Amino acid sequence: MSAGMERRQFLKFSVAASGGLLIGFYLPGVSTLGSAQPLASTFMPNAFVRIGTDERVTVIVNHSEMGQGVYTSLPMLLAEELDADWTKVGFESAPVDPRYNHPAFGMQMTGGSSSVWSGLEQFRQAGGAARAMLIAAAAQQWNTDATTCRTDSGAVFDRSNRKLTYGQLVAAAATMTPPAHVELKDPKTFKLVGKPIKRLDAAEKLNGKAIFGIDVKLPGMLTAVVARAPIFGAKVRSFDDSRARSMPGVRKIVAVPSGVAVIADSFWQAKMARDALRVEWDEGAMQSFSTTQMMEEFRQRAKSQGVSVRNDGDAASALSHAAKKIEAVYEVPYLAHLMMEPLNCVVDLRPDSCEVWTGSQFQTVDRANAAKVAGLPAEKVRLHTTFLGGGFGRRANPQSDFVVEAVHVAKAAGAPVQVKVIWTREDDMQGGWYRPAFLHAIEGGVDANGNPVSWKSRLVGQSIMAGTPFEAMMLKGKAYDPASVEGIDDLPYAIPNVAVEYHKADINVPVQWLRSVGHSHTAFAAECFIDELAGLAQRDPYQFRRELLRKQARHLGVLDLAAEKAGWSKPLPKGMGRGIAVHFAFGSYSAHVAEVSVTDGKVRVHRMVCAIDCGQYVNPGIIAAQTEGGAIFGASAALYQELTFDNGRLQQTNFHTFPVMRINESPQIETHIVENNEKSGGIGEPGVPCAAPAIANAVFAVTGKRIRRLPIRLAEAV
Amino acid sequence: MIAFSVNGKHIDLDVDPSTPLLWVIRDHLGLTGTKYGCGMAQCGACTIHIDGETVRSCVAPASRAAGKAVTTIEGLSPDLSNPLQQAWLEEDVPQCGYCQSGQLMSAAVLLREKPRPTDEDIDQAMTGNICRCGTYPRIRRAIHRAAEMAAKGGAR
Repeated sequence: MSAGMERRQFLKFSVAASGGLLIGFYLPGVSTLGSAQPLASTFMPNAFVRIGTDERVTVIVNHSEMGQGVYTSLPMLLAEELDADWTKVGFESAPVDPRYNHPAFGMQMTGGSSSVWSGLEQFRQAGGAARAMLIAAAAQQWNTDATTCRTDSGAVFDRSNRKLTYGQLVAAAATMTPPAHVELKDPKTFKLVGKPIKRLDAAEKLNGKAIFGIDVKLPGMLTAVVARAPIFGAKVRSFDDSRARSMPGVRKIVAVPSGVAVIADSFWQAKMARDALRVEWDEGAMQSFSTTQMMEEFRQRAKSQGVSVRNDGDAASALSHAAKKIEAVYEVPYLAHLMMEPLNCVVDLRPDSCEVWTGSQFQTVDRANAAKVAGLPAEKVRLHTTFLGGGFGRRANPQSDFVVEAVHVAKAAGAPVQVKVIWTREDDMQGGWYRPAFLHAIEGGVDANGNPVSWKSRLVGQSIMAGTPFEAMMLKGKAYDPASVEGIDDLPYAIPNVAVEYHKADINVPVQWLRSVGHSHTAFAAECFIDELAGLAQRDPYQFRRELLRKQARHLGVLDLAAEKAGWSKPLPKGMGRGIAVHFAFGSYSAHVAEVSVTDGKVRVHRMVCAIDCGQYVNPGIIAAQTEGGAIFGASAALYQELTFDNGRLQQTNFHTFPVMRINESPQIETHIVENNEKSGGIGEPGVPCAAPAIANAVFAVTGKRIRRLPIRLAEAV
Repeated sequence: MIAFSVNGKHIDLDVDPSTPLLWVIRDHLGLTGTKYGCGMAQCGACTIHIDGETVRSCVAPASRAAGKAVTTIEGLSPDLSNPLQQAWLEEDVPQCGYCQSGQLMSAAVLLREKPRPTDEDIDQAMTGNICRCGTYPRIRRAIHRAAEMAAKGGAR
């Protein structure tokens, strides 16, 4: 029974997730690649689509599906231009290959809310090219002029309505020359794009069939759990595995650069034995690190001048002449990504090859790093991207930490070996690569009429790019990391004197991009402070923003839409209040209105009204889902989440100490989309930044107290 | 040796009885629809039914299943015909999808106990299931919709 089930699991996996197995057969020039697969049964005109005689249209997606809907929205673009029958469209994850590189970022990866805008042209072109070849094949068969043929729902028709389905044309289409130029549709004629098409990956996520990295099972595979340093930078001095070694199922215990790995027949055996290890650590320089002390140092540092990021007019002088002034210090903590699926990675290491299965957001980098450890050329490493049980940036690690470690474990165990490394929730939370803690010290002033005349922001925090291979590329010669200041460097308000300065903090806590990156803190500080300035000017925070955004049509568009739909001017029951925020990030404009109540010091968010302008869009259903999810992600950080260190050790371990919003705390959320023809922007992240400031500003509306630190703790409010 | 049934099939398994059921189900039986999220009954991703009641399988020892009937997401329905799965599809609930097995298993017991649940009933029954993608508003709508579908479909 058990063996049978395992085998079925494995077969299912082979079919569902190992796109890479197929690539050898389906690369362009495919017809010369041998006959391992009945080639006549498929037509693969380019890297992104394959059509079978069974009419199935498989779209090969070069971005990772981590919930944001790329396995639906990108196939929609291709199917639109192909005129495919949507009920026959499926998806497959792309293998690692330069042809699947991100067109803007030059490597295969998923991040920056960029999949749809960067794939727009690519996927439409691929679908259009396939369609042209199918038409050419049909026209040849009918001995007619291709220009007289049309396509609809997976078939080619001639003038007399003779019909050949795409499946019937597979063999003939494969012999056609790809078109030099593809005529794309007029968006007015779109049938799929722009509609709330349901997700293609929903069904298999509702019956247990979807395969995430943690579900991958290879024949003979072992499972490893690693004892990692309790303090960043600590090194193993010695370890005693005498008890662990004799525990059931334990096969090997090996030292790896990140710690000590216990390899066993199953996860539970590996975990129990890992917990029985006795490891002595050289604790290193971070042994006395404390976030309390760090924030105190940040406060001191904010008193001195930092690197100039933006300098309009003379903010200091304007401030000294302002009629009224205010200053505020905003602080946000380290945050963990906390994907529901803890990190994991499967490696099949052989003497001359290495195969990796994981939920990667960073295929090119992960493959290169895996190859380095395995001592193989990159071409000898095949990386399969499974479904990601959440990513939020964590699975795009500049050092490929969770992939590299798994290859080290396999290598230490000795090839040939098949091993899956699973991180426990605690391992995952304590493993670093957090959203950095930040401090914003802001001063502002208004003139006698209440008009803001000066804004001076000083930021202190770690750079996520420092020390990564992307540092040079991202800094582009600037003296600061743009990801540290994004969202405040482009403060959109019409204020004549603006200065933004940045102090880079150098701390050996590994930090990384987390959903909405710098915007996750800059929007909080900026949108709370603009409310404070409105208060100083004794103006309504919505109207105050409106006037300062007169020349920012798209900011104004979302701001007005959110305010209107929320009924900004309508009174709320006693004990409730509204807050508003607007922000531009990842090419999209977003505004939120939050309605909250405060009872016994506890904030409850009842409703969030979100307006989003992401320009031309593909799937409004997915936009709504991402906006809802973004608002909840931001609200979780605003209300509950904080990582703290004491004596170098992280004090949070699991969901009970680093909570996530639950259904009983979740607000009602409405999403309203601005319709326009602007360039497409992102959607995975833009829903996050406004949540915290909208909530904090609503708390002020109820309590009269300003929130200047996240997570919100009313006792600290001023 | 522990004897129990999983999704209607009899199982005799030679396994350390203290092993959490979650890992028995995933590693020994190969049913990977039940997910690991926290290992301490905090997130609900591992929710299964034992004799029809929800259990966080990450903290339930295998011995707890002895002589009982275990249902996992794979046994909720063979063909997505359960009204909850249908409603989840209609509301396009899943994002990353990792938590949804547990969400559905919790919702199934809720609907059996309260065929027309209120929002408060939903809060109570579903609070133990975390979704990091934030699909809660859709889960709530889907549960109400499933209740309507089940009511229209007659007594189940």
